[in-house]
Amino acid sequence: MSDSNTQASAYWKENLAIIIKIMVVWFVVSFGFGILLVDELNAITLGGYKLGFWFAQQGSIYVFVVLIFYYAKKIEQLDEKYDVHED
Amino acid sequence: MDLQTLTYTVVGATFLLYIGIAIWARAGTTGEFYVAGKGIGPIQNGMATAADWMSAASFISMAGLIAYMGYGGSVFLMGWTGGYVLLALLLAPYLRKFGKFTVPEFIGDRYYGNSARIVAVICLIIASVTYVIGQMKGVGVAFSRFLETDYDTGLYIGMTIVFIYAVLGGMKGITYTQIAQYCVLIFAYTVPAVFISLQLTGNPIPQLGLGSAMADGSGTFMLDKLDLVIQDLGFGEYSEAKRLSTLNMFAYTMSLMIGTAGLPHVIIRFFTVPKVRDARTSAGWALVFIAILYTTAPAVGAMARLNLMDTIQIGEVGSPEGNLAYEDRPQWFKNWEQTGLLQFEDKNGDGRIQHYNDKNPEMAAKAATFGWAGDEMVKVDRDIIVLANPEIAKLPNWVIALVVAGGLAAALSTAAGLLLAIASSISHDLLKGIIMPDISEKNELMASRVAMAGAIAVAGYLGLNPPGFAAGTVALAFGLAASSIFPALMMGIFSTKMNKEGAIAGMVAGIAVTLFYVFQHKGIFFIADWKYLESWGSNWFFGIEPNAFGFVGAIVNFAVAFAVDKVTPEPPQHIQQLVLDVRTPRGAADAVEH
Repeated sequence: MSDSNTQASAYWKENLAIIIKIMVVWFVVSFGFGILLVDELNAITLGGYKLGFWFAQQGSIYVFVVLIFYYAKKIEQLDEKYDVHED
Repeated sequence: MDLQTLTYTVVGATFLLYIGIAIWARAGTTGEFYVAGKGIGPIQNGMATAADWMSAASFISMAGLIAYMGYGGSVFLMGWTGGYVLLALLLAPYLRKFGKFTVPEFIGDRYYGNSARIVAVICLIIASVTYVIGQMKGVGVAFSRFLETDYDTGLYIGMTIVFIYAVLGGMKGITYTQIAQYCVLIFAYTVPAVFISLQLTGNPIPQLGLGSAMADGSGTFMLDKLDLVIQDLGFGEYSEAKRLSTLNMFAYTMSLMIGTAGLPHVIIRFFTVPKVRDARTSAGWALVFIAILYTTAPAVGAMARLNLMDTIQIGEVGSPEGNLAYEDRPQWFKNWEQTGLLQFEDKNGDGRIQHYNDKNPEMAAKAATFGWAGDEMVKVDRDIIVLANPEIAKLPNWVIALVVAGGLAAALSTAAGLLLAIASSISHDLLKGIIMPDISEKNELMASRVAMAGAIAVAGYLGLNPPGFAAGTVALAFGLAASSIFPALMMGIFSTKMNKEGAIAGMVAGIAVTLFYVFQHKGIFFIADWKYLESWGSNWFFGIEPNAFGFVGAIVNFAVAFAVDKVTPEPPQHIQQLVLDVRTPRGAADAVEH
C-alpha cells in the first residue's frame, strides 16, 4: 500500500515537473515574446515580419502545437516507466 | 450563373450534406445524444473539436477585428489557441479518466454535493448563452448577406435553422456533421486567402505572404505598406498598435486562454475519446486543425484592410480626386449597405468617400484643411470584412459563394455544440441529476430540446442588439468561463485538499466580480439601457476592458477559494482518494455510455 502510494506520488511529481517546463515555454513565446517584450523584438525583422509581431500572430501558435505533442510523448514514457499506462 | 444563384446552390448543397449526415446518424439513446458513444479516434475527434471550436467568431469576425486592430488583434490569435495547451496539460486527460458526461457532473462529484453542481450549472449557462449571442450575431450577418435582407431578418431566419439543426442532430450526428463542416469551412477560409495572397504578394501561402514584399514591383513589404497607408489616414501603426495597453493585452489573452479550458462544449469533446492517451493527443490534433485557420487569419485581416483602404483611397491623401466617388462604389459596397452593416454619410457633400481616423486630433486638423468633415464610413461593422473580403479583392463568384457557405458552417456547428451543452446542463445536470432523478429517458430528451429552444430564443433576442462584434461578445463568454469553471476544475485535480466550501465560494466570487464589471459596461444582461455606475467611466480597473476581465475574475476565484478552504474542514478521505485516482491513466473506464 505505502509502496504504491510513494510510486504514485513520484509519478505525479515527475509529471508536474514536465508540465511546469512546458508551461514556461508556453508563457515565454506568447506572453513574453508576443506581448511583454514585443517592442524590443520588433527591432529584429524576419522578412517583412517584425519578430515580436510574428510571435504574436504566427510563431506562438506553431509552438503551442509542438508543445502539446511533446507533452503527449513525454507523459506516455512516464506512464510506462511507472507502469500506470492503459493496456 | 449570377452570384446570388451560385450562393444559393453552394449553401444549399452543403446544407443537404450536413442534414443528410445528421439524419443518417440520428441519435437513438440519451448517451449518444450527448457524447456520441465511444470509438471516435483522436484525429477525427480533433477535427470535430476544431469545427466545434471555430465559430462565427473565428471565421466571420476575428480577421475583421484584426484588420482594424492590427497587432492588438493578436489577443484573439494567441488566446484562442494557447488555451489548448492548458487543456491538454491540465484538464483533458484527468477529466477523461474521471469519465462522466458533463462538467457539472465532475464538479458535483469532486466537491461532493449538489450545491457545487448547481453553481457550476448556473455559471455554465451564463457563459454559454453569452457565447450563443455572439454566434447569433455572426449568423445574422451571414444570413442577411446571403439572403440580401437586413440584419434582423437574417437573424430570425438563422435562429430557426440553428434550432432545427441542433434538435435533429444530437451529438452523434454532430460529430460526423462537424467533420464535414470542418472541411467546408477550412476550404472556404483558405481558398480566398491563397488567391489574395497571390494577388498582393505573389506568394500563394498566406502565412508567408503576410511577411513578403508587394508584387507590384516596388519591393516594399506588405506590412510596411499597410503601416504607411493607414498611418497616412491617422490610424495607428498596423504592426505595432496595442490594444489599449500591454497590461490589457496580457489580461485579454490570459482570459481567452483559461476560458478555452473552461468552456463545456470543448471539454465535453474529451469525454468521447476511447482512452486517456487519446484525450492528450486529441487536443493536439484539434489545435493542428485550428492553427490552419488561425495562422491564416492575420493574413486575411491585413490584406483585407489594405484592399479596403485602396478601394476607397484611390489616390493621394488630400487631393480632391484621391477618394472614390460614391456613385462609383463597387457592387459589394451596395450589397452590404443593404444589410445596414455598412453605412456611408456624405458629411462634406462632395460626393466622395473619405475614410480616416477622425478621432486622431492631428489627423482631424489635417483633414479639415482638405475640406473633409469627418469619417464618412459611419458604420463599418467589423463582422462583414471576412465575408466581403473576396468581393473586395474581385475574386470569382464561386469563391464568394464558398465563403458564405463556410461562414454558415462555422456559425451553425458551434451554435449547435453550445446548445447541446446548455441542454445537457439543464436536462441532465439539473433535472435528472437533482430535481427529478427518476425522469424517463424520453422525457429527459424532450426537456433538453425545450431547453435548446429557450436558449435560442433568449440568445436570438439579445443578438438583435449584441453587446459587441461577434468575436468581442464571444470573448465575454470566455471571460465568464475563465472566472468560474476553470479554477474549480484545476483545483479539483491539482489539489487534494480543496474542499467544497472553497470551490463554491471561489466560483461565486469569480463570476460575480466579472459579471459586475461586464454588466457595468454593457448593461445588465447586455441590455444597454440597464447600465449602472456609469460615472465610474470605462475600463476603470487598471485600464482593463470588460472583455479581458475574466483574468481578474479567475484570480479572485483562486484567492477566495484558497482563503475559504483554509478555514473550513478538509474534504472527506474518499474524495482525496478520488483525486489521486484521477491522476493516473490506468483503469479508465470505457468512454461513457449510460
